[in-house]
Amino acid sequence: MPENTDTPDTIAGPAESAALASELFAPGVGAQAGPPTTPASDTGTAGAGPGSHSHGGPTPTGSPAERFSSADPDDFAVVTGREEQWRFTPMKRVRPLLEGAGSDARLELTTDLPDGVELTTVGADDPLLAGLPEPVDRLAALTRVNAGGATVVRIPAEAQLDRPVTLSLRGTGSADVVWGQTVVEVGRHAAATIVLDHSGEAKYSGGVVVLVGDGAHVELVSVQEWAPGTAHGGQYDAVVGRDATFRQAVVTLGGDLVRLVSNVHYTGPGGTAELSGVYFADETQHQEHRLWVDHSTPNCTSNVVYKGALQGEQAHTVWVGDVRIRPAATGTETYELNRNLVLTDGARADSVPNLEIETGEIVSAGHASATGRFDDEQLFYLCSRGIDAETARRLVVRGFFADVVQKIAVPELADRLMGTIEQRLGALPGLEEQDVEVESELQPA
Amino acid sequence: MSETTGSVLEIRDLHVTVGEGDETKEILRGVDLTIRSGETHAIMGPNGSGKSTLAYSIAGHPKYTITGGTVTLDGEDVLAMTVDERARAGLFLAMQYPVEVPGVSVSNFLRTAATAVTGTAPKLRTWVKDVRTEMEALEMDAAFAERNVNEGFSGGEKKRHEILQMGLLKPKMAILDETDSGLDVDALRVVSEGVNRAKANSSVGVLLITHYTRILRYIEPDFVHVFVAGRVVEEGGKELADKLEAEGYASYLKADADAAAAIA
Ligand SMILES: Nc1ncnc2c1ncn2[C@@H]1O[C@H](COP(=O)(O)OP(=O)(O)O)[C@@H](O)[C@H]1O
Ligand SMILES: [Mg+2]
Repeated sequence: MPENTDTPDTIAGPAESAALASELFAPGVGAQAGPPTTPASDTGTAGAGPGSHSHGGPTPTGSPAERFSSADPDDFAVVTGREEQWRFTPMKRVRPLLEGAGSDARLELTTDLPDGVELTTVGADDPLLAGLPEPVDRLAALTRVNAGGATVVRIPAEAQLDRPVTLSLRGTGSADVVWGQTVVEVGRHAAATIVLDHSGEAKYSGGVVVLVGDGAHVELVSVQEWAPGTAHGGQYDAVVGRDATFRQAVVTLGGDLVRLVSNVHYTGPGGTAELSGVYFADETQHQEHRLWVDHSTPNCTSNVVYKGALQGEQAHTVWVGDVRIRPAATGTETYELNRNLVLTDGARADSVPNLEIETGEIVSAGHASATGRFDDEQLFYLCSRGIDAETARRLVVRGFFADVVQKIAVPELADRLMGTIEQRLGALPGLEEQDVEVESELQPA
Repeated sequence: MSETTGSVLEIRDLHVTVGEGDETKEILRGVDLTIRSGETHAIMGPNGSGKSTLAYSIAGHPKYTITGGTVTLDGEDVLAMTVDERARAGLFLAMQYPVEVPGVSVSNFLRTAATAVTGTAPKLRTWVKDVRTEMEALEMDAAFAERNVNEGFSGGEKKRHEILQMGLLKPKMAILDETDSGLDVDALRVVSEGVNRAKANSSVGVLLITHYTRILRYIEPDFVHVFVAGRVVEEGGKELADKLEAEGYASYLKADADAAAAIA
């Protein structure tokens, strides 16, 4: 359906050779990032790769080949908005988070914990925290420090939960920044779905780490149905054990600013990560989703599908999908897709896929990014069957989102989210010709 | 819906252009046609003569600009209606190239369309039965209902799907734009039977646009219009189709070129 830019791009086999600057392997990513239940495997030896894949001309990648990470906020320069990581983010909206002081403010937590699930808190000095993947930007580092410990959800090995673990997190409108750190630890061969359901109004910066034990099946659903006035930043990390499956669904509908950085690390061969996302930005909303999938061990799979719709003046969405296949990650299979549907004038979708391949011995790697407006031919076809333009739009946008939303493992939640989306569609303007400002960047490494 | 007898679609001196500014190109140059309920009119013409332009203009595709003439259905000004209003007034266009609509299932689409055209949601039980019966008659697998509209359909499947809609939406006037093109003999028979069923079950008037005569062996036209360079250049009964079969469009094209030269 999107037409303006459509760049399916699939590659497999030997990577073309291009010199790669010598790299520093960031501490805390990969080698030291194993869940406590999983001995860290030797993935930190990537060193300088043999080459990076290049298939889109000499465009600079925009994303550094190696990412710096640190638990110390002062290791990151004060954010100006010119940094690659921050260049899309409206500084005015994110500054309250970046400059926020430590506080006692909390989100109101309501939980639904199936039998066998343990919910505890640990202090800042708990060894669990030291073993987590490190923050990759200043806000995430501030969050790690200011959260002063973590809320820990433990799901024992072999557990088969009869229903999802739900943490409902409601903002109370506090002017202070709420800092949070959540760790979900899933033992080996357990199967669990965890829902983080965000609502209310808050200035919130929350880190989330999911440690997926060997052979476990975990689905994390993060819903952002924030009220207006909300700014939400967060770094999400999944550490995927050997032969484990991690699925993540991020659904961002509310808030003035939502900026989520999702990272995936594999600690053993055979891991699978499926990252899906849905976002819907109205007038002046900024929704930013950044992904970083770090293939560092053999025979792992990643599949990314993010879909967004935008309507109204200054609705802005950003999707940055970085996938890296390190030399050791032979047998990798990866695909990432981002589609944006720009419904009205004055909205802007940025889409930046980025794929770096440092070994030729992979199964497949590809990405596609498409940003376009509501397709006139589809509209004509539906209308020519008597369906009015409003209903036609609703049908198409609903369908656009439904295939992602309906894959969420919690049907009641999927229904609720589709309901919200439908409600939002009710606010569509009429069908006059509309110009769209669309900027899409495609920067294969 | 259309248990009306005595509908009439009148096209008078229709002029249509495509493109804008310097790119503007006149495609239809004064088309006159009158189609009454129960009648089947074949429009035959070479590629590029403007047949699809005529079909789309009647349906209201935004790409085409009407620069002159009128189109009325039972006296109502069709050109003043939006695309969906035209369909609700009883017009139907089976497209030459049906559009894929990802994310919208055939069953959802059909029911939404039927609701729009009839003004009330069809009763679920009879509706499901109607759809199934019609799909079986068109030799469409039941699984089609759950697929997305036209997505990944073969050419033949798309055409069956168009005729399925014609059967279910029961228009007063159906324009079939090259429904026969790209079909093998079996599919052509199945699709033609679908059109004939709709004709038998209602008083639908049919404007059958085609490049070839072979579909006319299955769907018998009452009138044949030869369409060249944006207008009707000859009209007759079905014997005219036999003449075209034997002689092709060459003589018409030559006459048109001569006329154009005479004007220049
Ligand atoms: N958007 C357009 N811009 C310019 N020319 C067009 C456009 N659409 C159609 N045409 C031209 O209009 C003429 C008639 O096309 P069409 O109605 O599709 O013919 P037919 O259906 O008889 O093959 C052709 O010469 C075609 O190239
Ligand atoms: Mg045509």
